[in-house]
Amino acid sequence: MQRRDFLLGMAALIALLPARVFAALWNKAAFESVRLNDASRHLDIDAEIPSADIQIIAPDRAENGAIVQVEVKSSIVNTEAIAIFVEKNPTPLIANFIFSNGAEPYVVTRIKMAETSDIKIVVKAGDRYFTNAKNVVVLENGCG
Amino acid sequence: MRAQLKGDVVEVKVLMSHPMETGRRKDDFDRLVPAHFVQLLTATLNGKPVLEAQWGNGISKNPYLTFRLRGAKVGDIVAVTWHDNHGATATQDIAVTQA
Repeated sequence: MQRRDFLLGMAALIALLPARVFAALWNKAAFESVRLNDASRHLDIDAEIPSADIQIIAPDRAENGAIVQVEVKSSIVNTEAIAIFVEKNPTPLIANFIFSNGAEPYVVTRIKMAETSDIKIVVKAGDRYFTNAKNVVVLENGCG
Repeated sequence: MRAQLKGDVVEVKVLMSHPMETGRRKDDFDRLVPAHFVQLLTATLNGKPVLEAQWGNGISKNPYLTFRLRGAKVGDIVAVTWHDNHGATATQDIAVTQA
């Protein structure tokens, strides 16, 4: 084998590696679920306990569903992860944030909403799951 | 990207440049635009993992993210790396400053 071919081959292998490692991490089944219940099941969420200790700040009405800012803060002790769902989106699971090493259970991001729906939050704390929701009226579909 | 110490918490704000295509949008010629979105985002503080986010296609175009870190100080390095479904990746890092 030519040295150049070998180096090119190695470069290609290294370039491919991260994508494959992270494809294994990504929860394909949960993110591709079209029903909220299925998405939850693929995240191993069960027996959700309603909790006012999950604070959700999002607009009551969104002009444009393409950009809806949502802020989530959990005051639940030992919060490990915050999952964001939009019940009526074509694929309801939006994101799952996992915190470690001093990261606060707090996140702000901007999401797409296809239509008026609840934004549902599920917090994982140990082996227990807590939930809260906030309804957002969407005037223009943002999932185009 | 910005990382500011406010009291005893560092607030990190990140804006990424990415189309975040759902795979359901049609172009001007009525053809479906293939899905192209960030699937995984990781953040580190001085090289130690603090946040892992898995994303679907429901995060808005040019993703915005705020998160907060306890136990970080001025000069510490916060790095954020994303990977998308096409295998592309990008990293941003910044030193913590006093707000």
